[in-house]
Amino acid sequence: MGVAEIEMKDEGLNLIHVLILFSSLSLLSIGGGNTVIPEMHRKAVESYAWMNGKQFADLFAISQAAPGPSVLLVTLIGYKAAGIAGAVIATIAMILPAGVLAYLASSFWTKSANSPIRTAIEHGFAPLTVGLVLASGWVMSKAADHDWRAGLLTAACTVLCTATKTNPILVVGGAALIGWLGWL
Amino acid sequence: MSDLGPVRPSLAELALTFNHISLASFGGGLSAWSREVVVVEKKWMSDEEFLSVLTMSRILPGANQVNVAIFIGSRFLGLPGAVAAIFGLTFLPAVLILLLGAAYFHYSHLPALQNALKGAAAGAVALTLSMAYKTGRKCLRGAVPWILFAATFFLNGILRWPLLGVLALTAPLALAWAWPKSK
Repeated sequence: MGVAEIEMKDEGLNLIHVLILFSSLSLLSIGGGNTVIPEMHRKAVESYAWMNGKQFADLFAISQAAPGPSVLLVTLIGYKAAGIAGAVIATIAMILPAGVLAYLASSFWTKSANSPIRTAIEHGFAPLTVGLVLASGWVMSKAADHDWRAGLLTAACTVLCTATKTNPILVVGGAALIGWLGWL
Repeated sequence: MSDLGPVRPSLAELALTFNHISLASFGGGLSAWSREVVVVEKKWMSDEEFLSVLTMSRILPGANQVNVAIFIGSRFLGLPGAVAAIFGLTFLPAVLILLLGAAYFHYSHLPALQNALKGAAAGAVALTLSMAYKTGRKCLRGAVPWILFAATFFLNGILRWPLLGVLALTAPLALAWAWPKSK
């Protein structure tokens, strides 16, 4: 298998590219992992040709809908570029640099309990965060290309979640079942 | 919220809890799941503290939910807590997504699964909307918070301004409004 041999040879180089790409994107992903997706797309599809545009879009959809943080898109890109080792390196490279920064910020946060700045952030940011959460729900529903049936399902589930104490896993699981049965 | 549990979780409990949150977030809505478990079920922090952690996690670079895990893990158990929370949040879902990815590249499409994910996404949006309602009911009291909320939603959700642009405008106003009055 000549093709397989070439792929094997490329894996070492791809591994290095995966490491460089995601460790540099980690600290650039201000505002969340989704902000650097255009850059991931540019590198993975255009520069390194690890996959085509359709595959990238499908991996993105999988990472959004699968359980866990959507940043695991990088796990899939790393896997396509350099196998399991690529998946591991990509995930760690993407998490570690920004994670160290977040840890330093959180230590400061823990130490500053009862300080005016923390009181002001906790009290003042609450309305902003509710606005951001509503905005992300709004954007998610538009991105999912919801037609009227999905919209109706969302509305019904929202009522169920807000007005009753139904376990959310039943709501999401039920909605998934409705989709799986092909009713959407 | 005065009924906060004083109990500090163990490393294993942190990892298991974030694993549980992560696996439950089928179809998205991880923030809503975090709140559901951390604030409602475990009572580890108040809604107000959780919301501020959420916003700081969004401002900092890195995946929002990883940052939330770091903040909550380190709040209780320092660096080991942060590592345990990240591990719980990412390990099994990474294995799972690799299986999905391998299946995808093998069969090139996953029709039944895609339909299920579409349904789950509708459920996850609902969970997110209901989180906005539940947290908003508590903290949107008075004209100023309502204006701050509405401006943030409008700029970020409707006009699609980037997060930092939105917060550059609204955060100083929010801090000025909420700064403790000197006695």
